[in-house]
Amino acid sequence: MSKGLLYDATMCIGCKQCEAACAEQNKLPYNDGIAAEAVQSEHKYTVVLTKEDKFMRRLCMHCKQPACASACPVGAFHKTAAGPVVYDVWKCIGCRYCMVACPFNQPKYEWQSLNPRVRKCVMCPDRIAAGKQTACAEACPTGATKFGDRDDLIQEAQERIRQNPDKYFNYIYGLNEVGGTSVLLLSSVPVEQFGYPKPQKIGDVPMPEYTGRVMERIPDFVPVWTLVLGGIYWVSHRRDEVAAAEAEEKKNGSAR
Amino acid sequence: MKIKITFWRVVFAVIMVLGLYSSYIRYFHGLGAATHMTDQFPWGFWIGFDCLCGVMLAAGGFCMVGAVYLFNVESLHSVVRPAVLTAFLGYLLFIVGLLFDLGRPWFIWHQLIYMNPHSVMFEVGMCVMTYTTVLFFEFLPNVLERFKLHQPIKWIKRIYPVLIVLGILLSTLHQSSLGSLYLIMPSKLHPFWYSPALPFFFFGSAVAVGLAMTIFESTQSSKAFGRQLELSVLVRLGGALLVALWVNALLRLEDYFHRDMLRQIIKPSYEAYFLWLELTLTFVIPITLLSFKKVRLSPQGLYLASVISLLGFVTNRLNIAVIGFETYVGHHFVPKWSEFSITLMICAMGFFLFAVAVKYLPIFATDHEAVKPEAEQIKATVLGVPALVENAGD
Repeated sequence: MSKGLLYDATMCIGCKQCEAACAEQNKLPYNDGIAAEAVQSEHKYTVVLTKEDKFMRRLCMHCKQPACASACPVGAFHKTAAGPVVYDVWKCIGCRYCMVACPFNQPKYEWQSLNPRVRKCVMCPDRIAAGKQTACAEACPTGATKFGDRDDLIQEAQERIRQNPDKYFNYIYGLNEVGGTSVLLLSSVPVEQFGYPKPQKIGDVPMPEYTGRVMERIPDFVPVWTLVLGGIYWVSHRRDEVAAAEAEEKKNGSAR
Repeated sequence: MKIKITFWRVVFAVIMVLGLYSSYIRYFHGLGAATHMTDQFPWGFWIGFDCLCGVMLAAGGFCMVGAVYLFNVESLHSVVRPAVLTAFLGYLLFIVGLLFDLGRPWFIWHQLIYMNPHSVMFEVGMCVMTYTTVLFFEFLPNVLERFKLHQPIKWIKRIYPVLIVLGILLSTLHQSSLGSLYLIMPSKLHPFWYSPALPFFFFGSAVAVGLAMTIFESTQSSKAFGRQLELSVLVRLGGALLVALWVNALLRLEDYFHRDMLRQIIKPSYEAYFLWLELTLTFVIPITLLSFKKVRLSPQGLYLASVISLLGFVTNRLNIAVIGFETYVGHHFVPKWSEFSITLMICAMGFFLFAVAVKYLPIFATDHEAVKPEAEQIKATVLGVPALVENAGD
C-alpha cells in the first residue's frame, strides 16, 4: 500500500517541530537562524510558512508520476512502491533538468559545492521501510502532519471537510494535481496563497505525459525515417547511375 | 617564430585570459560563484546559448550533407566540407559548454550506463554523442587526405551512405528533442513559447539556421581567407533560406492561431517586446530582404539577411530558455560576467579552431588546382564523395 502524508493547515500551530525533525533526520544544520528562513533550500527540505494567523507547510509532493523521475537522463530519481520519490546521488550528473521539470519547484541544488547534489524531501524511506512514520509526522505535536496509507488519508480528509465544511476550503490539494501526489493538503484558504501552483495551472495530467507523447513515437519514427532517408538516397543516386550507364552505352555505340 | 600582434589576436588573448579565470572560478568555487543561477533559475544563460543555440548553429552540417549527398544537389558541393567542419566543431564545443554547465561533469558518462529511456535529456545526450561520432567520420577524410592516407579514406567511403543517413536521422531526433525538453513544463514556460509543437519548431528552425549559417560562414571565410566566393551557390542557398523562413513563419502563425494567442501577442507586455524582437529579426526583416531579387542575387544582401535571421533564431532560443521563465519565477535573470566570459571563450575557441583547420586541412575545394577536370568523375561516382577525395588519389 502506498504511503502518504496529510497536512492539515487548520491544525498547524507553526511550531516548526517538523522542520527541526527533518533537519535532524537528514543530518542538516538547524538553529534559530535557519528556522527563520522562510524558503526551502539545499539545507531546508521543508518549511512552515506563516501568513498572519495561518500556516502552510511546503515539502516535496511525491507525485504518483513524478516529473523529476521522468526527466532525469540517468534515472537518479524513482518513485518507490511505498510512496517516496527517492534520489540516488551517485548516478546524478548535475544537469538540473529535474529542477526545471518539477511543477512544485522542490528539488534544490548545492550551488556552492564543488560536487553538488540535488536536495529534496525524500519522505524518510528508511523509516518507512522500518515500519515507522516520517520524522516530521512523528514530531508533529498536533497531528497536523499525519502519516498513513494514501487511500486512508484521502478518506480522512474528505471526512474532515464533511464534518467541518465552514472550517475548510473545500479542496484536497494533491488528490488529482498532476495525476495525484502522495502528499495531500487541507487548508482554510486556497494553498496557492502560500506559493503552491494553482490547480488549474498545473492540471490533472501527469507531467511525464507531455514529453511521453513525443518520446513514445520515437521507436516508430526511427525505422520509418531511416527508410525514407535511405529511399531518397537510393533514388537520387540511382538516377546518376542510370545516366552514367546510358552515357557509357551511347559512347560505346557511337564508337562502333 | 615571431607572432604578429593584430587587433583580433589581442581580442582573442583577452577573451582567453578572462575565460580561463572564469573557468577557475567555476571549477574551484562552484556553479554558485561563477553564475547567477539559483534554485529559482536552475537553467541560465549557458543552457540557452551554449546548448540550445550551439546545437542549432551547428545544423549546417546535416543540412548540407543532406542536400549534397542525400538529394544529390551537386552544385552545393563546395560548401559541404566547411559546413561539416563547422558542425563538428560546434558539437565539440557544445560538449565543452556542457562540461561547464553540468554540476558533476566527471560523471557525464553515466548516460551510457544508467539509461532512462523516458527522459528527453537522455535521448538528446545519446543522439549528440552518436552524431558527434558520425561527424568525426565525416570530417576525418580531411585529415587523412592531408597526410595522404588513402586506404582509410576508401573504408570511410564505403560506409558513407550509412553515415549520411545516420547523421540526418540523429539530427532530426535531437534538434527536435531540444524543443521537447520544454514540453514537461507547461505551467512554467510562458505561453508565447510553450507549445505542443515545440519539437517541430526546433527542427524547422534548425533547417533554416543550417542554410543561413552556411551562407554566413562561406561569406565570412571568403572574406577572412581571401577565397573566391561562388555566387551561384549562395544564391541557391538564399532561395532555400527564403522558403525555409516562410515555412517556419507560417508554422508559428498557425500555432498562435490554434492556441488562440493572436490577440495576446499583439498586446504590449514584457514578453511581447521580446517576442516582437524575435519575430522581426527571424522573419520580418530577412523575408522582406530576400523577397527582393536584387538582394537575393547580391552576396552582401544574402549575408545581411542570413545574419539577421541567425540573430532572430538566437533570440528565439534565449527567449525560450530565459525570458520565458521570468514571469513564472517573478524576477529577471541577468547572467554573471563570468557566464558571458566562458561562453565567449568557447566561441573564440571555435573561431580559432576553424581558422586552424582551414589553414592546414583541405577544407575549401577551391584550394585544389585540379578540381575542374574531376567534375566528370564526381558525377560518375555513386557515392559522390568530395572531389578532393578523388584527387588525393592522384
